[in-house]
Amino acid sequence: MRTIDQTTQEVLSLASKHFHVPPDSLAPDDDFFKKLGINSLQALELLSRLENYFGIELPDYEVQGVSDFRTLASRIQSRL
Amino acid sequence: MLDLSKYQSIGAALKDSLEEFSREVCLIESDRDREKDRLTYRAFKERAHPLAKALQDAGFQASDRAAIIMSNQSKWLISAYAIFYSGGVLVPLDYKLAPDEQWQLIKHSSVSVLVTEYPIWRQLAASSNASATNLQTILVTEAPPNVELFGAKRWEEFRSDSEPAFLSRQRGDVATIVYSSGTGGHPKGCMMTHENYLEQCIPFPDLYPLWPGATYLSILPTNHAIDFMLGFFYPFVNGATVVHLRTLRPEYVRAAFPKYKITYVTLVPLVLKSLQKGLQTRFEALPPGRRKLFSFLVKLNKALTRYRPNVGLSRLLLKQVHEAFGGRLRAIIVGGAFTEPQVLQFFYDLGIPVANAYGLTEACTGITVNDLRPFRADTVGKPLSGMEVRIVNPDSDGIGEVSVRGKTVMSGYLNEPELTAETIVNGWLMTGDLGRFDSAGHLQLFGRKKNMIVTEEGKNIYPEDIEAAFEGLPVKEFCVFAANYIWPKRSMVGEQLLLVLHLEQGQSLSDELRGDISTRNSRLLNYRRVHGIVLFDEDFPRTASLKIKRNILAEHVAQKDRASAILSL
Repeated sequence: MRTIDQTTQEVLSLASKHFHVPPDSLAPDDDFFKKLGINSLQALELLSRLENYFGIELPDYEVQGVSDFRTLASRIQSRL
Repeated sequence: MLDLSKYQSIGAALKDSLEEFSREVCLIESDRDREKDRLTYRAFKERAHPLAKALQDAGFQASDRAAIIMSNQSKWLISAYAIFYSGGVLVPLDYKLAPDEQWQLIKHSSVSVLVTEYPIWRQLAASSNASATNLQTILVTEAPPNVELFGAKRWEEFRSDSEPAFLSRQRGDVATIVYSSGTGGHPKGCMMTHENYLEQCIPFPDLYPLWPGATYLSILPTNHAIDFMLGFFYPFVNGATVVHLRTLRPEYVRAAFPKYKITYVTLVPLVLKSLQKGLQTRFEALPPGRRKLFSFLVKLNKALTRYRPNVGLSRLLLKQVHEAFGGRLRAIIVGGAFTEPQVLQFFYDLGIPVANAYGLTEACTGITVNDLRPFRADTVGKPLSGMEVRIVNPDSDGIGEVSVRGKTVMSGYLNEPELTAETIVNGWLMTGDLGRFDSAGHLQLFGRKKNMIVTEEGKNIYPEDIEAAFEGLPVKEFCVFAANYIWPKRSMVGEQLLLVLHLEQGQSLSDELRGDISTRNSRLLNYRRVHGIVLFDEDFPRTASLKIKRNILAEHVAQKDRASAILSL
């Protein structure tokens, strides 16, 4: 079973790959809309990638209003 | 389509549709690649009537109000029909609003019934309680077994088997209260009558006909005026099929087109641009030879459809593109926000007609629409039949405020007589948008007169609504503006919000203050955030009751140079 810190790091790593930014440029408390300059559709694309990686399904309502990696990771962790 | 001129209410028209098209499929609900539900009009009725009866048994009466806070799904429409069948007034609320904002609108609209999804209700119940409202019945869908319901009942179990009474309404009665914006000081609850909806539908069949078997992909939230009309009422009175997706991930939206052979869809610019990007990536990946052939076919299609679309021909010429859209797509209707002409042209060149439209919640749905005869990417089309549109106080370029009169204009804002009087003047709805008519009678838009922005997602954002996020900011005073309201631009794209700050004497825009602003800003949904700060070193002009005189403040701030005045966050 992953720890929340491991999950958070994996979320950051996948986000950096998905949006082609250096891994060390992202931090758990970053607001991904602001940091990555993405819109809500691009955030949903990332969500699909995370679902495939972790083998879970995250309903859209679970991530409604979520904008930082740490909270996103915690939502994923609760479904692992 | 049913002859809507014969009907008095939405409920009466829908009631006849369920009989007339009983064997046709009215709803498909899909979650990712799984189809969750498929209902005929008869099955829809069989689910709605027990709910209507249970509502009536619980004391719900004609003209009582009921709110729905749900994502797009079959239970949304079933609940709405049960409310209309019972003569009720529907209050569709945005499920993306924060719980405190939803509570505010629940209170403002004085609804006695709330229908919502369990996850939304869980958040609502955690943030406040229903005791301070008029709520008597709360129904939640899909609640897991054995969970705390916080006073709500399960939607699935809330039913009564005897036949409900059909409670008729008149055309002038209020059918819905739709919030065009406003969780700030003055929530704008547009009171839409049954006549507004019945009349709005009448010109559609000539432009975009629907029929049993045609499919409409419902992506915009159904609480939005556009989807309520095009993703519910209009398809239903034509016996067509509405397809709901439980997730709007781009890959599932793309897959829905071929899977359900979509006939029409309405998109906001953000989604249209996402589709464009995906297509461009695929075109660029073609081998050079095929790319050259493809470019030639696009040019040929463009030449052959110059004066009007020929979807049949375009499907032959650009088969693969059209197959990706299911092969039966007749048009993409684009609305909710201004769309850049080059995006529209991209799709039209591929033989996919894009009907650029313009409307306001206050005018039911549509005011003008591009009739594609010929296609025009640079306008929002001509007024729909039955709509009178004029330009008020035009300048030397013919640009002035767009105003509208017709049977689709709302009866007013709920509990806001002064705001209504400012907005509807001698029967004309003042839109606050700036435009002009060209020589062909097409309306072109050039910006806004009002202090608000519309995002690419089709969201109306009024600065007053987000100021609560900055309450308590340690500055002398602050105010949020639409940048184009301060410094008018003849453009409706890239609109942004600005936070105007008046600092205390000797105070500076420190890193700590910036951090505080950023933290508060990030708590807002991403499309509601401010994009920059403007420092203003005079006291804000205020009324005797200390309200900020926004228009005068904007004039003062406008003395600054826009480029240098806006500081990044």
